Amino acid sequence: MHCEDPISPSRRRILGGAGAFFAWSMAPRYAFAAGGRDPRFVVVVLRGAMDGMSAVAPVGDPDYVRLRETIALNTGTTTPALPLDSFFALHPAMPNVARLYAARQALALHAVATGYRERSHFDGQDVLESGQPGPGLTRSGWLNRALENLPAGERIEARPVLGVGASAPLIVRGQAPVIGWAPQALPRAGEDLASRLLGLYRHTDPALAEALAKGLDTDRLAMNGGGQAGRGNDPTGMRTIAEGAAKLMRADAGPRIAAVAFEGWDTHANQGGATGQLATRLAGLDGALAAFEQGLGPVWKDTVIAVVTEFGRTAQINGTVGSDHGTGTAMLLVGGAVRGGRVIADWPGLKASQLYQGRDLKPTADVRAVLKGVMIDHLGLSAAILAEKVFPETSGIAPMRDLVG
Amino acid sequence: MANAHARNILLVQRFGFGLRAGDAESQAGDMRERLLAEIDPKRPPQIHLPMSPSANAVLAEVEEFRTETRRKRDRTQLEDMRKAAEAEGMFGPPMPAPTPGMYGQAVYRDGVDAVIRAACRTPVGLAERLAWFWSNHFAISVSKSTAVRAIAPDYERTAIRPHVFGRFADMLVAVTRHPAMLMFLDQRQSIGPNSRAGQRRARGLNENLAREILELHTTGVDGGYTQGDVTSLARMLTGWTIVGPADEDGDIGTFTFNRNRHEPGPQTLLGRTYPDSGAGQAEAALRDIARHPSTARFIATKLVRHFIADEPPPALVARLAETFRTTDGDLAAVTRALVESAEALAPPTKLRPPLEFIVAALRATSREVGAPALLGPMRALAQVMWQPGGPNGFSDRTSAWLHPEAIKVRMETSAQFARQAQVQVNPSTLLDQVLGPAVSNDTRQAVARAESRAQGIALLLMSPEFQRR
Repeated sequence: MHCEDPISPSRRRILGGAGAFFAWSMAPRYAFAAGGRDPRFVVVVLRGAMDGMSAVAPVGDPDYVRLRETIALNTGTTTPALPLDSFFALHPAMPNVARLYAARQALALHAVATGYRERSHFDGQDVLESGQPGPGLTRSGWLNRALENLPAGERIEARPVLGVGASAPLIVRGQAPVIGWAPQALPRAGEDLASRLLGLYRHTDPALAEALAKGLDTDRLAMNGGGQAGRGNDPTGMRTIAEGAAKLMRADAGPRIAAVAFEGWDTHANQGGATGQLATRLAGLDGALAAFEQGLGPVWKDTVIAVVTEFGRTAQINGTVGSDHGTGTAMLLVGGAVRGGRVIADWPGLKASQLYQGRDLKPTADVRAVLKGVMIDHLGLSAAILAEKVFPETSGIAPMRDLVG
Repeated sequence: MANAHARNILLVQRFGFGLRAGDAESQAGDMRERLLAEIDPKRPPQIHLPMSPSANAVLAEVEEFRTETRRKRDRTQLEDMRKAAEAEGMFGPPMPAPTPGMYGQAVYRDGVDAVIRAACRTPVGLAERLAWFWSNHFAISVSKSTAVRAIAPDYERTAIRPHVFGRFADMLVAVTRHPAMLMFLDQRQSIGPNSRAGQRRARGLNENLAREILELHTTGVDGGYTQGDVTSLARMLTGWTIVGPADEDGDIGTFTFNRNRHEPGPQTLLGRTYPDSGAGQAEAALRDIARHPSTARFIATKLVRHFIADEPPPALVARLAETFRTTDGDLAAVTRALVESAEALAPPTKLRPPLEFIVAALRATSREVGAPALLGPMRALAQVMWQPGGPNGFSDRTSAWLHPEAIKVRMETSAQFARQAQVQVNPSTLLDQVLGPAVSNDTRQAVARAESRAQGIALLLMSPEFQRR
């Protein structure tokens, strides 16, 4: 009856209820890849549209402070943003990424977007994960098709792609085998869901509103020993997920390609500046990336982690000190195999006339160009296969090379 | 049109399990007609239980586990399985030898699967909802023992479901004779003090079943019975037991009347005297209790409280009680009166209880999953199937479920279900399919503005329109 489980019922009976880890122990033992290099590739999907202008702030742009007002970051305060170059600074909640950047193991790309130009999360995530030119084509994800099309006998064996979470995210679904893993205790439903639901109940159902509000209060007391600290979305959960995924990927017989998704980036109100809601999420992401680094240990040097989101947010903050759905945003490449220490951006500027539709950071680079470049240099996929199978109809989008290796 | 649609949604949520996404069959036509069409004594709601052919077979199996021959056979089989797995290159934890507990759990899960499957697959679900209602009215709890756990599915299948559109008296008798009830409420051990067995041993009467029949199953606690009535019924029930492993006659685990334990002599109950006719004495009493005006009122109140409102409208209760009395407890007629009532269209005030919510969520997201994946949520939401805290069953009152921790856990469960659902359609489209045009703008916007598909589905599942019925 459990149709999501690819293991046949008889096998499942023998293996008992322990799930993916047992399926895992059955995998045949592969020899090490030839040449000693055995690349790992992880895609981190940030659902909800991460605000690239907060993660990698264009502090050198004269219009930045005007647009971002009270939540603008700067490098001179008590919680200073972490300078990346003369123009960009990293959010102060991300010291690990800053450290990796200094060690030339992290780079940022800015003013990037997929080919999607509307502002629906659902459709935007579909496009980001399916790798298709438009929404609605959700039969398989591009990471799965990449695995499916890996050159035979090349650097990386065709092993299952690892999808972390209660169910496989679209990005890993498809013909190639998928292995799932989720932390024992799933992360709690995000505080974001809770506050949206509370808002809905307050307008429609006072009894449910009261019950939920009290339930959440109790929960906070239990988790924080009565304090106000720890608000925001569970950064520990992100770290736990990364630790688990890294452990699997480090193993000789483990998967080489994986995707994880972190939720809670849709910061419409009170998103915060150097501290606050978004800062908590970014700290969680930073911790997760550090957990990957630590967990992958000796194979970190052969690792690339791409951090992507479906689109960006409005350049100007809105009336509730948050930001609304936008277009261009930032992405990160982190890992020992990354040629880091640089921010790559054809910066479009932030003057009204320079914004996309007068409101969003204008995209000047395509997320797919970056990913294609990474997959050529890191995984040995050909540009032709990438343009045809992995990201269909992208022969016009040139792969961005030399980001790794 | 929109009004008719909204009315259909109200009815399918109040009396069924809610709409299945993208299933035209579950949405077609006038919902009240479809509900009424389900009321058919010839088509009681059925479940298919691959693992438990009968209470008798199940209990025989549980007993057999205790024999040495069986233990030896199990050890050999286990060793063979282990070798086969190793030969295939599979490794797992060392498997423990099977125990009656494992067997009981397997049969129980099979039953949970069957009930959930039936609820997921029924187009509308009035008959299934009634099966759930009566199963909970005549509650047993699987936490009592392995044997009760293993025969709970058979109990619902054979004692409850065939009578959902039949006579209340028949259901009462079937329930009271079933091994699950005889074990759960300790009737199995009850011995008439003046019976042959009672005179030989120091043990005697157990009033547990008799009291719960009057208090919980029929007249209700204010139904007008006295302690004397409880004792009388307990005496009449002595001898109602099941065939044990040491008994020479009969199939193990089946109902039997043991005359040696039966309290001799006539008994008086609620003003009526019953001559000692053996097993027939208690049955005659049960059939009279089933007809008692207090029973009619108690059942009517409970039905209305479950389906309509925590504080049942007195006029509707009176009408249903009247129907119950004039039709001699014909549950088809009583159900029809409930569904046809004007009160059936009153705006929703009740919260779906957890199990109903779980099924509704699976239907809304086109999923069908088995017991292993659902027992966790059931535990978290404090409604594990056939495992209420006591013989009074799970509460029919919304106030029992609408409290802070429960709602928070419900939200977390919804988030998990939404992540697992892998729904391909836009949550707003799903909202239209499942809840229709009557949804508030607030809910519509909250779902449309969700940051991910999973969050949109979670908001849909937690929306007042989905939670309430």
